[in-house]
Amino acid sequence: MADDQKKTFVMKGIGVSPGIVIGRAYLFDRQDAQVPFYNLSDPGLVSAEIQRFRKALRESEKQLLELKNKLGDLGGGMEPLYIIDVHIMIMRDRKFIDRTLKNIREMSVNAEWAVRMTVDKYREIFDRMEDDYLRGRISDIQYAGQRILTNLAGKKRTAIDMGEGVVIIASDLSPADTAQLKIDKVLGFATDVGGKTSHTAIVARSITIPAVLGLESITRAVRTNDDIIIDGSAGVVIVHPDPEIRKRYEVKKRLYEKAQDDLLDYARLPAVTKDHYVVEIGGNIEFIEEIPSAVLHGADGIGLYRTEFIYINREQLPDEEDHLAHYRSVVGVKGLSWATIRTFDLGGDKFFPDKKPSRELNPQLGLRAIRFCLKEVALFKVQLRAILRASVLGKLRIMFPMISGIEEIREAKRIFTEVKNELLAKGTELGNDIEIGIMIEVPSAVIVAEELAKEVDFFSIGTNDLIQYVLAIDRINERVTYLYEPLHPAVLRLIKQVVDIGHKAGIRVAMCGEMAGEPAYTMILLGLELDELSMNPLAIPRVKKIIRGATLKESKALLNKVITLSSASEIRSFVGAEMRKRFPEDFPVNGQ
Amino acid sequence: MVEIRTFEITNKLGIHARVAAKLVETANRFQAETFLEKDGVEVNGRSILGILTLYCPQGSRLTVRVVGVDSGEAIAAFAGLIEAKFGET
Repeated sequence: MADDQKKTFVMKGIGVSPGIVIGRAYLFDRQDAQVPFYNLSDPGLVSAEIQRFRKALRESEKQLLELKNKLGDLGGGMEPLYIIDVHIMIMRDRKFIDRTLKNIREMSVNAEWAVRMTVDKYREIFDRMEDDYLRGRISDIQYAGQRILTNLAGKKRTAIDMGEGVVIIASDLSPADTAQLKIDKVLGFATDVGGKTSHTAIVARSITIPAVLGLESITRAVRTNDDIIIDGSAGVVIVHPDPEIRKRYEVKKRLYEKAQDDLLDYARLPAVTKDHYVVEIGGNIEFIEEIPSAVLHGADGIGLYRTEFIYINREQLPDEEDHLAHYRSVVGVKGLSWATIRTFDLGGDKFFPDKKPSRELNPQLGLRAIRFCLKEVALFKVQLRAILRASVLGKLRIMFPMISGIEEIREAKRIFTEVKNELLAKGTELGNDIEIGIMIEVPSAVIVAEELAKEVDFFSIGTNDLIQYVLAIDRINERVTYLYEPLHPAVLRLIKQVVDIGHKAGIRVAMCGEMAGEPAYTMILLGLELDELSMNPLAIPRVKKIIRGATLKESKALLNKVITLSSASEIRSFVGAEMRKRFPEDFPVNGQ
Repeated sequence: MVEIRTFEITNKLGIHARVAAKLVETANRFQAETFLEKDGVEVNGRSILGILTLYCPQGSRLTVRVVGVDSGEAIAAFAGLIEAKFGET
């Protein structure tokens, strides 16, 4: 190995989105993206914040003086030098400084927030000026404020310009973080925290880029611009690959992409078993941009449209037209026969960028999804109105998340009917066969499923949350991810119960969790006789291949055996062996 | 010593950032304290933000009040600057 070649090292985590990427790392630091704003918890911190502010002022001024000298040496016009003087004067301005100090002292906010408040105050004053040119001078104050904020952050900060084709390295990515990235420039993700069902995983799968999570310390081990290989299928990250490893991976990458293309043949074929049992295949999406991928990979409809991204990273809450603009693209798409829109599932790990509801110690069990909607009825109605208006465009199903009992669905339906009647009274044209369904993801909903079935047209089993709640696992805590087990007998029995009760009541039962897209489980799910499996579009061809190669009869036999086993490990090894025997090509001996 | 004079702002752009900076520089050259007043609002002549928030487009009437030992020289300097339209048109 040449001396200048950095040492290759490998890190192992959880592969959550398949595929191979060879690129360079970009260390995503949340400070790069957003300025922290917080209240000082202790009045004793005020003087420390004042010191930070004064230090940032001094540094900002020093940088500007250096810049001025540099520009002065270059000669040229006087204009830029004047502007620098203006910015220095603003930073030295007693009013500016006093106002900021006062914010820190009296409002007990951190220096960043205090600076922002001062700049905002001036913007208010300037906004009232009639003269366009003079009003525009607020930009100088904003520039000065921005420079101070940069220095408060303690590092040189530019706009998030990560360049082309990067692998994002982060501790964890919140929905707000991912929304802030130029996602089309991202080739892969590697994070310290997270597992198969964390937000980053869902995003990675939905835009079909490789991701490895739960690497524990990758942010400490990798620097921006390091060469990096991500193998999302194997859950491996290789840093500073030597030329030989790199070559090997280039071959692997080509093979992976080719295999995908082969499978696309199955995308176009219906999901029907050899003994003519038909399963409807839905695509799970969260961006309307993913619809073409759903069609390409062979979805019959949209089985889960997550509406969260309509809310995330916006200045203001979306209005009815904002919603409608999205739903118009989802409902009545050529080549897709239905669309299931899930209402607001915010709260929990998904949040507003600015209007943060009070911090919850245990957000997964907190005020989220339907609970939040039934409290914030006005907000809920905006979404319902838009969904109803979109129903005229095609077959639409509406789905309420996190229903835990009968009152919630009745109340949701009452509000839905109220909104519907309001629209009808106004003469709005609506579709006449909107189906109403609920997510089955809270264990109590399984227990009272018989009563719930009387209220709705369909169930959709959300396995990610159901597993988390049934097995009492915090899905973002990587110390317990080993317990996250879709094949746990308790999980399988609950799912079976839901399907049986739903069918007895004569309603459709779908599954829209990650479990639906895992080919190793496909025969079990067939045996359960689910009416619809909705999954990430990329997973569809593989699942279709299994469905088309299996029979309902043998799937039921497999399920009957599985149901008698008492532990997840027994079930896993039994199902694994059966699948390898049945589909040797798809389940190689050393792979999963 | 106090000197007070009222001027009309005649340059096209009015008191924008660069002009305000020149006023601050002038105020800083003297020991005397400078106060600028328009429409009953008075600000410190050493504060660029104070001057900008006075909002003086072309045609505004600005009163300069200088208080201190060198107020005579100071007011003369302000008069020179303002009457020369701050070197602008």
